[in-house]
Amino acid sequence: MNIICSIFMLLGAAFTLIAAIGVIRFPDLLLRMHAATKAGTMGVGLILIGVMLHFMSVEATIKSLVTIIFIFMTVPIGAHMIARASYFINIPIWKGTIIDELRDHYNVKTHELISEHRKKVDTK
Amino acid sequence: MNSHFSYLFLHYSLIISMVLLSSAIIITFLRLLKGPNLPDRVIAFDAISMMIICVISIFSVVEQQPLYLDIIIALALISFLGTIAFAQFIEWQLGQKNNSK
Repeated sequence: MNIICSIFMLLGAAFTLIAAIGVIRFPDLLLRMHAATKAGTMGVGLILIGVMLHFMSVEATIKSLVTIIFIFMTVPIGAHMIARASYFINIPIWKGTIIDELRDHYNVKTHELISEHRKKVDTK
Repeated sequence: MNSHFSYLFLHYSLIISMVLLSSAIIITFLRLLKGPNLPDRVIAFDAISMMIICVISIFSVVEQQPLYLDIIIALALISFLGTIAFAQFIEWQLGQKNNSK
Protein backbone atom coordinates (compact mmCIF):
# COMPACT_ATOMS: atom_id res chain seq x y z
CA MET A 1 0.00 0.00 0.00
CA ASN A 2 2.90 2.34 0.73
CA ILE A 3 4.31 1.72 -2.74
CA ILE A 4 0.97 2.38 -4.47
CA CYS A 5 0.43 5.66 -2.65
CA SER A 6 4.00 6.82 -3.28
CA ILE A 7 3.60 6.07 -6.99
CA PHE A 8 0.43 8.21 -7.02
CA MET A 9 2.27 11.06 -5.29
CA LEU A 10 5.24 10.89 -7.66
CA LEU A 11 2.90 10.94 -10.66
CA GLY A 12 1.04 13.94 -9.27
CA ALA A 13 4.25 15.86 -8.57
CA ALA A 14 5.57 15.08 -12.06
CA PHE A 15 2.28 16.28 -13.60
CA THR A 16 2.56 19.50 -11.61
CA LEU A 17 6.15 20.06 -12.77
CA ILE A 18 5.06 19.51 -16.39
CA ALA A 19 2.29 22.07 -15.84
CA ALA A 20 4.85 24.57 -14.53
CA ILE A 21 7.10 24.03 -17.56
CA GLY A 22 4.07 24.55 -19.80
CA VAL A 23 3.19 27.77 -17.97
CA ILE A 24 6.66 29.22 -18.52
CA ARG A 25 7.21 27.91 -22.09
CA PHE A 26 3.95 28.37 -24.00
CA PRO A 27 3.68 31.50 -26.16
CA ASP A 28 0.14 32.57 -25.46
CA LEU A 29 -2.29 33.19 -22.61
CA LEU A 30 -4.79 30.55 -23.72
CA LEU A 31 -2.12 27.88 -24.17
CA ARG A 32 -0.67 28.73 -20.76
CA MET A 33 -4.12 28.42 -19.27
CA HIS A 34 -4.52 25.02 -20.93
CA ALA A 35 -1.30 23.79 -19.30
CA ALA A 36 -1.95 25.33 -15.88
CA THR A 37 -5.54 24.20 -15.38
CA LYS A 38 -5.59 20.73 -16.93
CA ALA A 39 -2.30 19.42 -15.62
CA GLY A 40 -2.61 21.26 -12.31
CA THR A 41 -6.01 19.72 -11.64
CA MET A 42 -4.68 16.29 -12.57
CA GLY A 43 -1.70 16.71 -10.23
CA VAL A 44 -3.85 17.73 -7.28
CA GLY A 45 -6.25 14.84 -7.94
CA LEU A 46 -3.47 12.23 -8.09
CA ILE A 47 -1.72 13.51 -4.95
CA LEU A 48 -4.98 13.57 -3.00
CA ILE A 49 -5.76 10.00 -4.12
CA GLY A 50 -2.31 9.05 -2.79
CA VAL A 51 -3.05 10.76 0.54
CA MET A 52 -6.39 8.97 0.72
CA LEU A 53 -4.72 5.59 0.14
CA HIS A 54 -2.03 6.36 2.72
CA PHE A 55 -4.25 7.32 5.65
CA MET A 56 -7.07 4.82 4.96
CA SER A 57 -9.32 6.52 7.49
CA VAL A 58 -12.83 7.91 7.11
CA GLU A 59 -12.02 11.56 7.84
CA ALA A 60 -9.01 11.76 5.49
CA THR A 61 -11.01 10.06 2.72
CA ILE A 62 -13.95 12.42 3.13
CA LYS A 63 -11.77 15.54 3.18
CA SER A 64 -9.76 14.43 0.14
CA LEU A 65 -12.89 13.52 -1.83
CA VAL A 66 -14.54 16.83 -1.00
CA THR A 67 -11.41 18.70 -2.10
CA ILE A 68 -11.12 16.72 -5.35
CA ILE A 69 -14.77 17.34 -6.23
CA PHE A 70 -14.49 21.02 -5.32
CA ILE A 71 -11.34 21.52 -7.42
CA PHE A 72 -12.78 19.63 -10.40
CA MET A 73 -15.84 21.88 -10.29
CA THR A 74 -14.23 25.26 -9.65
CA VAL A 75 -11.02 25.29 -11.71
CA PRO A 76 -12.82 25.14 -15.11
CA ILE A 77 -15.17 27.92 -13.99
CA GLY A 78 -12.26 30.16 -12.98
CA ALA A 79 -10.38 29.44 -16.20
CA HIS A 80 -13.51 30.22 -18.23
CA MET A 81 -13.98 33.57 -16.45
CA ILE A 82 -10.34 34.59 -16.95
CA ALA A 83 -10.37 33.54 -20.62
CA ARG A 84 -13.59 35.47 -21.25
CA ALA A 85 -12.27 38.64 -19.56
CA SER A 86 -8.92 38.45 -21.33
CA TYR A 87 -10.61 37.96 -24.72
CA PHE A 88 -12.68 41.08 -24.22
CA ILE A 89 -9.68 43.26 -23.31
CA ASN A 90 -7.92 42.09 -26.52
CA ILE A 91 -4.97 40.20 -25.12
CA PRO A 92 -2.80 39.41 -28.19
CA ILE A 93 -3.19 35.77 -29.24
CA TRP A 94 -0.40 33.68 -30.71
CA LYS A 95 0.42 34.38 -34.37
CA GLY A 96 0.17 30.67 -35.19
CA THR A 97 -3.50 30.58 -34.25
CA ILE A 98 -5.50 29.32 -37.23
CA ILE A 99 -9.04 30.31 -36.37
CA ASP A 100 -10.74 32.76 -34.04
CA GLU A 101 -14.39 31.86 -34.20
CA LEU A 102 -15.63 34.37 -31.66
CA ARG A 103 -14.32 37.49 -33.42
CA ASP A 104 -17.41 38.69 -35.29
CA HIS A 105 -19.93 36.82 -33.23
CA TYR A 106 -20.40 38.99 -30.19
CA ASN A 107 -21.63 42.47 -29.38
CA VAL A 108 -18.62 44.62 -28.42
CA LYS A 109 -20.52 46.71 -25.88
CA THR A 110 -22.81 44.28 -24.10
CA HIS A 111 -20.63 41.15 -24.63
CA GLU A 112 -23.65 39.14 -25.81
CA LEU A 113 -23.27 36.47 -28.45
CA ILE A 114 -24.61 37.13 -31.94
CA SER A 115 -25.23 34.37 -34.50
CA GLU A 116 -25.41 34.69 -38.29
CA HIS A 117 -29.11 33.86 -38.17
CA ARG A 118 -29.73 36.63 -35.63
CA LYS A 119 -27.89 39.19 -37.82
CA LYS A 120 -30.09 38.31 -40.84
CA VAL A 121 -33.26 38.61 -38.77
CA ASP A 122 -32.21 42.01 -37.39
CA THR A 123 -31.32 43.49 -40.79
CA LYS A 124 -34.68 42.44 -42.22
CA MET B 1 12.23 -6.94 4.64
CA ASN B 2 9.36 -6.17 2.35
CA SER B 3 7.74 -3.69 4.72
CA HIS B 4 11.13 -2.08 5.37
CA PHE B 5 11.60 -1.59 1.62
CA SER B 6 8.14 -0.09 1.21
CA TYR B 7 8.76 2.44 4.01
CA LEU B 8 12.09 3.41 2.45
CA PHE B 9 10.36 3.79 -0.94
CA LEU B 10 7.69 6.02 0.61
CA HIS B 11 10.37 8.13 2.33
CA TYR B 12 12.37 8.75 -0.83
CA SER B 13 9.30 9.33 -2.99
CA LEU B 14 8.09 11.97 -0.52
CA ILE B 15 11.46 13.73 -0.75
CA ILE B 16 11.49 13.52 -4.57
CA SER B 17 7.95 14.83 -4.93
CA MET B 18 8.73 17.73 -2.55
CA VAL B 19 11.73 18.64 -4.75
CA LEU B 20 9.63 18.41 -7.94
CA LEU B 21 6.88 20.57 -6.44
CA SER B 22 9.25 23.24 -5.16
CA SER B 23 10.99 23.51 -8.52
CA ALA B 24 7.53 23.77 -10.13
CA ILE B 25 6.66 26.64 -7.78
CA ILE B 26 9.91 28.44 -8.64
CA ILE B 27 9.34 28.04 -12.39
CA THR B 28 5.77 29.31 -12.15
CA PHE B 29 6.93 32.24 -10.03
CA LEU B 30 9.14 33.33 -12.93
CA ARG B 31 5.99 33.59 -15.05
CA LEU B 32 4.33 35.56 -12.26
CA LEU B 33 7.20 38.06 -12.38
CA LYS B 34 7.49 38.14 -16.18
CA GLY B 35 3.87 37.82 -17.31
CA PRO B 36 3.15 40.55 -19.89
CA ASN B 37 -0.45 41.12 -18.82
CA LEU B 38 -2.65 40.87 -15.75
CA PRO B 39 -4.45 37.64 -16.87
CA ASP B 40 -1.08 35.89 -17.22
CA ARG B 41 -0.28 36.78 -13.65
CA VAL B 42 -3.66 35.58 -12.45
CA ILE B 43 -3.15 32.25 -14.21
CA ALA B 44 0.33 31.87 -12.68
CA PHE B 45 -1.04 32.72 -9.24
CA ASP B 46 -3.80 30.13 -9.62
CA ALA B 47 -1.23 27.50 -10.63
CA ILE B 48 0.94 28.42 -7.62
CA SER B 49 -1.98 28.00 -5.24
CA MET B 50 -2.67 24.55 -6.79
CA MET B 51 0.97 23.64 -6.16
CA ILE B 52 0.77 24.84 -2.56
CA ILE B 53 -2.28 22.58 -2.13
CA CYS B 54 -0.11 19.68 -3.34
CA VAL B 55 2.72 20.64 -0.95
CA ILE B 56 0.40 20.80 2.06
CA SER B 57 -1.18 17.42 1.28
CA ILE B 58 2.26 15.80 0.98
CA PHE B 59 3.29 17.52 4.21
CA SER B 60 0.30 15.94 5.94
CA VAL B 61 1.68 12.53 4.91
CA VAL B 62 5.14 13.48 6.19
CA GLU B 63 3.76 14.55 9.55
CA GLN B 64 1.19 11.69 9.74
CA GLN B 65 -1.44 14.29 10.55
CA PRO B 66 -4.72 14.21 8.53
CA LEU B 67 -5.80 17.43 10.25
CA TYR B 68 -3.74 19.41 7.71
CA LEU B 69 -6.25 18.40 5.02
CA ASP B 70 -8.64 21.03 6.40
CA ILE B 71 -6.30 23.77 5.20
CA ILE B 72 -6.53 22.47 1.63
CA ILE B 73 -10.28 23.02 1.41
CA ALA B 74 -9.99 26.62 2.64
CA LEU B 75 -7.08 27.31 0.27
CA ALA B 76 -8.96 25.90 -2.74
CA LEU B 77 -11.97 28.07 -1.89
CA ILE B 78 -9.85 31.21 -1.46
CA SER B 79 -7.94 30.70 -4.72
CA PHE B 80 -11.22 30.15 -6.62
CA LEU B 81 -12.71 33.33 -5.15
CA GLY B 82 -9.54 35.26 -6.00
CA THR B 83 -9.64 34.12 -9.62
CA ILE B 84 -13.32 35.03 -9.97
CA ALA B 85 -12.71 38.43 -8.36
CA PHE B 86 -9.81 39.18 -10.72
CA ALA B 87 -11.89 38.20 -13.76
CA GLN B 88 -14.71 40.49 -12.65
CA PHE B 89 -12.18 43.26 -11.96
CA ILE B 90 -10.70 42.99 -15.48
CA GLU B 91 -14.13 43.28 -17.07
CA TRP B 92 -15.04 46.19 -14.74
CA GLN B 93 -11.82 48.00 -15.74
CA LEU B 94 -12.78 47.61 -19.42
CA GLY B 95 -16.23 49.07 -18.67
CA GLN B 96 -14.68 52.07 -16.89
CA LYS B 97 -12.37 52.66 -19.87
CA ASN B 98 -15.30 52.54 -22.32
CA ASN B 99 -17.39 54.90 -20.19
CA SER B 100 -14.66 57.52 -19.94
CA LYS B 101 -14.22 57.64 -23.75
